[in-house]
Amino acid sequence: MRTLHKFHGGVHPPQHKAESNGLPIAPAPLPKRVIVPLRQHIGAPAKAQVKVGDHVLKGQMIGAADGYISAAVHAPTSGTVSAIDLHAVPHPSGLPDLCITIEADGEDRWIERQRIDYKTAVPDAVRHALRDAGIVGLGGAVFPSYVKLNPGQQAKIKTLVLNGAECEPWITSDDMLMRERAAEIVEGIRIMAHLMQPDEVLIGIEDNKPEAITAMQSACQGTSFEVVAVPTLYPGGGEKQLIQVLTGKEVPSGQRPINIGVICSNTATAYTVHRAINHGEPVISRVVTVTGNVQKPQNFEALIGTPISEIVRQAGDTSHYIMGGPMMGFDLTNLNVPLTKAINCVIAASPALFPPKPAAMPCIRCGQCAQVCPCNLQPQELYWFSQSRNFDKARAYNLFDCIECGCCSYVCPSHIPLVSFYRFAKSEIVMQDREKIAADQAKERFEFKKQREEREKQEKAARMAEKAAAATAAKAAAAASGEMEDPEAAAKKAAIQAAVERAKAKKAEAAALSPSPHPSPVEGEGAKNTEPT
Amino acid sequence: MLTAILVMVLLAVVLGAVLGFASIKFKIEGNPMVEKIEATLPQTQCGQCGFAGCKPYAEAVASGQAAPNLCVPGGDNVAKSLAELLGVEFQPVGGAEGAGPKPKMVAFIDENTCIGCTACIKVCPVDAIVGSSKLMHTILINQCTGCELCVPACPVDCITMEPVKTDLAAWKWRYPVFELKKAA
Ligand code: SF4
Ligand code: SF4
Repeated sequence: MRTLHKFHGGVHPPQHKAESNGLPIAPAPLPKRVIVPLRQHIGAPAKAQVKVGDHVLKGQMIGAADGYISAAVHAPTSGTVSAIDLHAVPHPSGLPDLCITIEADGEDRWIERQRIDYKTAVPDAVRHALRDAGIVGLGGAVFPSYVKLNPGQQAKIKTLVLNGAECEPWITSDDMLMRERAAEIVEGIRIMAHLMQPDEVLIGIEDNKPEAITAMQSACQGTSFEVVAVPTLYPGGGEKQLIQVLTGKEVPSGQRPINIGVICSNTATAYTVHRAINHGEPVISRVVTVTGNVQKPQNFEALIGTPISEIVRQAGDTSHYIMGGPMMGFDLTNLNVPLTKAINCVIAASPALFPPKPAAMPCIRCGQCAQVCPCNLQPQELYWFSQSRNFDKARAYNLFDCIECGCCSYVCPSHIPLVSFYRFAKSEIVMQDREKIAADQAKERFEFKKQREEREKQEKAARMAEKAAAATAAKAAAAASGEMEDPEAAAKKAAIQAAVERAKAKKAEAAALSPSPHPSPVEGEGAKNTEPT
Repeated sequence: MLTAILVMVLLAVVLGAVLGFASIKFKIEGNPMVEKIEATLPQTQCGQCGFAGCKPYAEAVASGQAAPNLCVPGGDNVAKSLAELLGVEFQPVGGAEGAGPKPKMVAFIDENTCIGCTACIKVCPVDAIVGSSKLMHTILINQCTGCELCVPACPVDCITMEPVKTDLAAWKWRYPVFELKKAA
C-alpha cells in the first residue's frame, strides 16, 4: 500500500455525482450541422485547410497546427463546408471566434485511417501523429499533448501521473469513461509510457468512484501501472495537488510538474491517444456530462462542434447554464455554441439547485480562505490587492499560482466573489506585460529610425560634396590639359563618377534596410569617396 | 611640523586619486531618472506632449522643464505615476476634467485611394508603414502605436484611425461588480 500525502486546505462541496453516473454513456444523435472552432486549445489557433464549398470526410484535418504550441482540428462528420467565419463559442466573454461550419451529409463517412505502430516508430513520429490528431489535455486545460509528452532537455521522467480524480462536483464524464473503456485507456497509457519511459506510472482516482477504480485495476492487471485511490477532497484533481498526494513532492511556485520529473495527464486524454495511434482516429468526439435541471442527466458521447442546444434537453425552470463544474466553470451566455474539446460538463442550473449567492459583505479578515487554499496562498491579501488594482503587489503574493479552484469563494463568510477578482487581476497583468513588450519594441524601432535618418543625412551631405569636388576636378583637368582633352571626355568621366556614387549609395541603403537593428555605420566610406580619383 | 604637512599632502593626493578613479570607473551612464520616466511612458512617439518623442519628453520632465501631465496617450495613469516618481502633486492630463488612457487605435490606409507618395512613411516614428513610391502603402498593425502622425501627412486623406477590435486573445475579465449588503 502506497503512503499518500496531503495538500494544504481543500473543501468538501456536495458531490452531486449520482445524478448522472447511473446511466451508461449514450451516443448523441448526429447533428445536421457542426461548428468547429479553430481555437480549441491553448496556444495558436489552428490554420484552416479547407475552403467554403469543399466536401470533407469524417476525421479529415480541416485546421492544421500553426506553430509549436498548437493542435489540429478535424471534421467530426462528413459533409460540405458551408462557412468559415466568426461564430459564437463557449467562452466567458461571449465573443465570437473563427469557426468552420460543416453541413453534415448524413453518411458519416470516414476518411482512410492510418494506425501507427508506436513500438517501432521513432518517438517524434508518434508525437507528430498526436499533434495532427488534435490531441489535447481533456482535463480542462486543453494543452497540446504532444508538447507535454516531449521530455526535451529534462533528463528523466520519474513519474507519469494519470489524473482520474475528477474532483469537481456534478461532473462524471471521466468516471463513466473509466468504467466503460478502462482497457482502451490503459492502451493509451502504454503509448504515453512508451514515449516518456517513466520509472513508475500512477493512476490517481478519488475514492468516491469505486466502480472506476475496480475497472481500471482489472484493466491494469499484468502491467506495472498502479491504480491509487486518493481521498475525496476538492480540488484533489488539480494537477499539482494530485502530484503532491501521490508522490509527496510539491511543484515549486511558478514551475511545472516537469521541473520535478513528473508528467500529469488526464485519463480521457489517454483514451484519445489510444484512438489516435492504434486506430488512426483524431479527436472528433468527447464524453460530456449533461446534468442538473435536465430531463435525464446522463453522459453523452457527442461530436465536437455539436451545438450545445442539441445535447441539452433542459427541464422547466432552468435559469442559466454552467459550462464545466460549479466551482471552476463559467456561465454560458448562449446555448447556440458548439461543443469543444474543453467541455466536460454542461449543467442546467435552476434557482432550486443553485440558489443565488447572498449579497457580499466587506472582508472581515477571518482567514478562512487562507485555511482552505490548496496553493498555500493568502486569498484575502490577493483580494485586497486585486480590488484596489495594486497589481504589482498581487503578483508578488503569487497571484499566478492561484488555480482558480474557488475554495476561497466557497468558504468566504462574506460571500465575496474572490475568484472573479483574481481572474480580473490576472488578465490585467497579462495585458500590461504585453503592452510593455509592445512599448519596448516601439522604442527600439523609433531609435533605429532616428539613427537611420541621421545616417542618410550624412550620406546625402557626402554625396553633395562629392559632386562639387568632381565638378571642380573636371574643370581643373580641362584647364590644365588645355585642348589635349576635350570637355566632352571630362563630362563623361564626371557622369561615370556620379553613377558609381549612385550605386554606392544604393548599397548603403540596402544595408540600412537589412533586418539587423544596428547596421555598421558607413559614414567613413562616404568621407573617403569625396576624394577625386 | 614638516612631517605633518607631508602626511596631510600625501593623504590628500591618495584620496584624490581614489576619488578620481572612482568617478571614472563607476560613472553612471545617462540619467537614471530619465530612464525611469521613459519606462513609464507608453512609447507612442506621437509628440503630443510637444517633444519629438518619448525620450526627449522624459529628459525634459527629469530636468524640470516640462510638466509630468502632458502625455495624452498615457492619460491620467501615466501622469499619476510620473507625479509619484517626481514627488510632485498629481495634475490630470489636459485640464481639470482629466483623461483616461484612450482606447487603443491603429491607423488604417484606404488602399484604393492611396497614391503611393511615401509622405506617411517619412513621418511614421516606428517604421510601421510599408510601401514604395507610386505603390500602395499599408500599415503593420502590430507595430503601429496609434500616434496619428501619419493622418495629417497624407495629401489625399486616405488614413483613418480605427479602434483595435478585442478578440478572444486580447479579451480581459472585467472588474467584478457586485452589490455590497448595506450594514443594518
Ligand atoms: S474568507 Fe472572506 S471574509 Fe474571511 S478573510 Fe477570506 S475574504 Fe475575508
Ligand atoms: S481560487 Fe486561488 S486563492 Fe482561492 S483557494 Fe483556490 S487557489 Fe487559493
